[in-house]
Amino acid sequence: MAATITEKILARAAGVQSVSPGDNIWVNVDMLLTHDVCGPGTIGVFKREFGEDARVWDPEKIAIIPDHYIYTADEKAHRNVDTLRAFAKEQDLPYFYDPGTATYKGVCHVALPEAGHVRPGEVLLGTDSHTCTHGALGAFATGIGNTDGGFVMGTGKLLVKVPKTLRFVLEGELPVGVVAKDIILRIIGDIGVDGATYCAMEFYGSAIDALSIEERMTICNMAIEAGGKNGIIAPDEKTLAYVKARTDKPFEPVYGDRDAPLEAEYHYDVATFVPCVAEPHLPSHYAPAVERGTVKLDRAYIGSCTGGKLEDFMMAARVLKGRRVMIDTFLVPATVEVAEGLLRESIDGKSLVEIFSEAGCLPIAPPSCAACLGGPEDTFGHAHGNEVIISTTNRNFLGRMGSKLASIYLASPLTVAASAVAGTIADPRELLDA
Amino acid sequence: MANEIIKGSVYVVTDNIDTDQIIPAKYLNLVPTIPEEYAKLGSYAMAGLPESFSAFILPGESKTPYAIIVAGRNFGCGSSREHAPICLGAAGVEAVVAESYARIFFRNAVATGEVFPIEVKARLCDLFNTGDVAELDMSNNRITNVNSCESYELIPPGAVAPVIAAGGIFGYARATGMIKQKD
Repeated sequence: MAATITEKILARAAGVQSVSPGDNIWVNVDMLLTHDVCGPGTIGVFKREFGEDARVWDPEKIAIIPDHYIYTADEKAHRNVDTLRAFAKEQDLPYFYDPGTATYKGVCHVALPEAGHVRPGEVLLGTDSHTCTHGALGAFATGIGNTDGGFVMGTGKLLVKVPKTLRFVLEGELPVGVVAKDIILRIIGDIGVDGATYCAMEFYGSAIDALSIEERMTICNMAIEAGGKNGIIAPDEKTLAYVKARTDKPFEPVYGDRDAPLEAEYHYDVATFVPCVAEPHLPSHYAPAVERGTVKLDRAYIGSCTGGKLEDFMMAARVLKGRRVMIDTFLVPATVEVAEGLLRESIDGKSLVEIFSEAGCLPIAPPSCAACLGGPEDTFGHAHGNEVIISTTNRNFLGRMGSKLASIYLASPLTVAASAVAGTIADPRELLDA
Repeated sequence: MANEIIKGSVYVVTDNIDTDQIIPAKYLNLVPTIPEEYAKLGSYAMAGLPESFSAFILPGESKTPYAIIVAGRNFGCGSSREHAPICLGAAGVEAVVAESYARIFFRNAVATGEVFPIEVKARLCDLFNTGDVAELDMSNNRITNVNSCESYELIPPGAVAPVIAAGGIFGYARATGMIKQKD
């Protein structure tokens, strides 16, 4: 019977011929990801349930990537990283990326594919809701809690309910100034923050084919903001080239059937899309940027697993080159590799670092999740009052960046940069060369 | 557990109560498997709600007087932080009764056994007031507003019932022989 890519990956991981939406199946896990906020609790569950001397099921299949609370004086945050450090040593884990050392990477969802840990056709579980990012490489990837994480750590398996699939068919050519973030904010705006609850969100069509891997990651990253269990894009030549450049591990891509039964199929012509924002306090509060020009801003923020990748900063630099920002502009590269890219990449002979500095942005912060989720009080970019913020991050929930009085608008790196220049929400198309 | 009757005061919220409102990120430095930090998480339950809401935890207290949270749609959306169902359990909440849940919150509530995530068709958040007393009859799938004497049907838990009955994913895996019994 015809099946979706999500169903086929789960069937293979469960060792059965086929599965149907709603089936509860035990799957074998190919990769478990955890970080400093949920890792210590996951390890706590693992030890409580399997014993103090228990060994993890497979050290090669666990990645521990501290990223949330790294650059802070908070003592418990440091204690938590120490817990991960001790566990990685005790269990001889090869993929622990230790803050303060040359192995440190930064934001786990950008670091994980960079390091070759995301492979098409595999099952990847992480103790972070944005684990759905990795469906961009054709994997089944979803977020789980500490208890499920501890279970996987000990057994390599998890009981998973097979999701129904919502397929988003995106055709046409994106207009100048409209990028992946605008696509996913538009979709979330249409279906709502619970429009995909328990479902796989499959992104399909020529407009998806045309996107880079990083832009595909931006789309899958926010599947959770519509309640999706996973976001997924079938692997293509770009995917295989990206993965093979980063790992020698063998993998078998899985492809779905075009005629597989679906819960729903949505059709879009992306040529009609425009730069947009999500207004406070939900990612589904869609509005075209051009219609919100009266919103005065205090801050711009570029960073996170959604909007802190190298291409995100390239977009911002295209807008900021030769211009000055009117408001405090916070830049947090997701990973060390991205930070190095800011020094290496250039536009018209100027490095991105120079462009941002000349535009009057605040000094670039070291890679981490930083203020995307607020964090401890001393976190870079943490909101403390009634700031109005435009951000490339993924959530604009009340209090998300640290202050319940703050208002957060989500937008693409182009729109955030154009708004930083204007001091009000701005449509980037006016500032881009055609 | 599934035959239990839960009776207690109700705290009412509406739609899309996200995990940042249930437990703000600044408290995620607390590790739920450390007993004193588990208790501390409970004292911060629902600390991210707008200031206009009445206190969920009274000043000077570490637990809530509300055993039941009544909510609208999509309760627990956002993060996978297990601190969310855990802080509710640690605060003394026994059940959440909502029109729908975000997937990971529901899963974490079931996997940990910290709170019962119960679904209901009626929009109870419009039919209860904070402070009303409710009686949840799990075996008969009913919730009664003791103040108004109105009673509403709960949606039975379905496929997840055996995991809830086993007290969580580890209990279920041991009961079904997926992993061995604890020594």
